[in-house]
Amino acid sequence: MQQRTLPYLLLLPATLFLCVFFIYPFLLVAWQAVSQDGALTLEHFRTMAGHWKFSTAFWNTMLLALAVVPVQLALALFMAALVTRMGAGRDVILYIWTIPLGISDLAAGIIWLAIFEQTGFLNSILSSLGVIDQPVTWLGYQDKATIFLAVVLAELWRATAIVLVILVAGMGLIPKEYYEAAEVFGAGPWKRFVRITLPLLRPSIQTALILRTILAFEVFAVVAALGGTNLPVLMGETYQWQFALQDRHVAAAYALVILAISIAFTLVFLRTLRVPKEAQV
Amino acid sequence: MAEISIRNVAKQFGDFTALHSVDLTVADREFMVLLGASGCGKTTLLRIIAGLETPSQGEVWIGGRRVDHLPPRQRGIAMVFQNYAVFPHLTVFENIAFGLRMQKLPQAEIDRRVTRTAELMHIGQLLKRYSGQLSGGQRQRVAVARALAMEPDVILMDEPLSNLDALLRLEMRAELKGVLAESKTTTIYVTHDQVEAMSLADRIAVMDKGLIVQAERPIEVYRNPAARFVGSFIGNPPMNFLPARKADNGSWRVAGITFKGPKAEREEIAFAIRPEDLSHAESGLPAEVRVVEPLGPHVLVTCDVEGHLFRAVLESDIVLSRGDIVKLAPTPDRIRWFDPETEQSLQVH
Ligand SMILES: Nc1ncnc2c1ncn2[C@@H]1O[C@H](COP(=O)(O)OP(=O)(O)OP(=O)(O)O)[C@@H](O)[C@H]1O
Ligand SMILES: [Mg+2]
Repeated sequence: MQQRTLPYLLLLPATLFLCVFFIYPFLLVAWQAVSQDGALTLEHFRTMAGHWKFSTAFWNTMLLALAVVPVQLALALFMAALVTRMGAGRDVILYIWTIPLGISDLAAGIIWLAIFEQTGFLNSILSSLGVIDQPVTWLGYQDKATIFLAVVLAELWRATAIVLVILVAGMGLIPKEYYEAAEVFGAGPWKRFVRITLPLLRPSIQTALILRTILAFEVFAVVAALGGTNLPVLMGETYQWQFALQDRHVAAAYALVILAISIAFTLVFLRTLRVPKEAQV
Repeated sequence: MAEISIRNVAKQFGDFTALHSVDLTVADREFMVLLGASGCGKTTLLRIIAGLETPSQGEVWIGGRRVDHLPPRQRGIAMVFQNYAVFPHLTVFENIAFGLRMQKLPQAEIDRRVTRTAELMHIGQLLKRYSGQLSGGQRQRVAVARALAMEPDVILMDEPLSNLDALLRLEMRAELKGVLAESKTTTIYVTHDQVEAMSLADRIAVMDKGLIVQAERPIEVYRNPAARFVGSFIGNPPMNFLPARKADNGSWRVAGITFKGPKAEREEIAFAIRPEDLSHAESGLPAEVRVVEPLGPHVLVTCDVEGHLFRAVLESDIVLSRGDIVKLAPTPDRIRWFDPETEQSLQVH
């Protein structure tokens, strides 16, 4: 009796806290999205979807996530494989690589703005090398592609480390003996990576992907810093509706859309990267 | 042709020396058993041959090729790991097929070899299971099957049957020996089990504290231990040792009895005799009986000879009880002598 109830008792404070500060506001937001003056309505979703910026924002967000997350995963896998193989200096390298984690996304956006601005580092370097005569406007309102690229770069720089940290921890948990067995039975470095590391790392990859994808759908400050409103994204539109257009209902509808996408992708990752119970380590 | 030659190999872990200058040659198709106490360096030696550990000094040759700079996969070996290392994310079938897939063998050949080795190891009904669904003994047999399926020139086995029950072990032992002889594989086999060592080995290499003390045919190792350690480690019960004091012209006095012995410039050496080479007689070493254990066909008698522990395996019709004094006569040509300092055997000329 004691033994069984104890975990529930211990979880109670955290659960209450979540209910008060998460579930309750969430319900409020959800209610705002589907109601007008106390009556149920889908009007706000229609307003949202009908606005010309909605589908642009939706696809921009999707494309950004699609461009950023896979590259981040590949980069982090590569870096983690390197770090795991290192002896001395491993911790130092890890610390250096994780520095961007300590910087807020707005600050990260501003750092990259300082690079791409008309008077930024990129232009000064290029002109001092004699590649250009006049400063180039990289992030002008017509340069959607460069803005997109700059955001991708900034996001890679800023948030690859979180994936890296998760994967390094996961790789550390794979027993050395499996690599030795694979090596004796003829697997070279690449085969060992594909046949041993990747499958045994699946739980960590799953965690990293879920975390990173959810964050990617919430991309906002970096885009705002680099592109202003030239590259609309879902989170940016939420902000616009809430504060510029002062329509909390449509903003709430946007928030629900982001939530729905996040949940959908999480479910997909949970399913596709599931390790069957019997095959777990 | 896959002769294994280990030349002057040593291994240090920090300031601990796990292997001191090991020399060992295993002939092509030979079945060599490594026998030694826990922690004496058997696994370390095997891992050096496999290439999973770099020797601090010395050379490893396999099939006339120096391999100590080659990665494990280029050495033409297969290995059964002491801790099995059966992949948890693959089924038993895929585990056994792992090395074959690396060699890109056709699927039909893979099927054939996996089925055959799995049948041999009596795990044919487990092919679809994962490692987590197997018992320790089953997992161990998967590890053995995975190595056998490779049909390698050289196979290294680190206590491959240690986790099986006595009956199954007996059966597997016979099958292993048959298969490996048929496939002309050069084998190095680590075990703690002396009976296993005796029954499998062409030669036994006895290791002690990072050194190979003796590498000979089983009967040689048993009859003529090269060092006191070998005599005390091999045989169950082990060899008896008694101090021998020098008497005149090449004789030595042991517990009041005089024996002809080696010529040694020592005041005292060790006299050694195996328990089964003693018989109850009119005259012999005086022994006070402590414990009598009937073993069926024989009786194991633990006694005290001048304050030294002494065991004898006698005919089971003898009636003895605690406190009796018996005379135990050693079979003369089975007596062995050891130097007390070097612990090496002393030859009688
Ligand atoms: N990586 C290592 N670092 C430090 N010492 C080690 C290492 N590996 C082995 N040793 C030491 O080397 C010695 C030999 O180890 P090894 O594993 O070869 O013994 P073994 O003969 O296989 O023993 P067992 O029969 O118990 O398996 C042991 O004393 C062990 O503590
Ligand atoms: Mg060992």
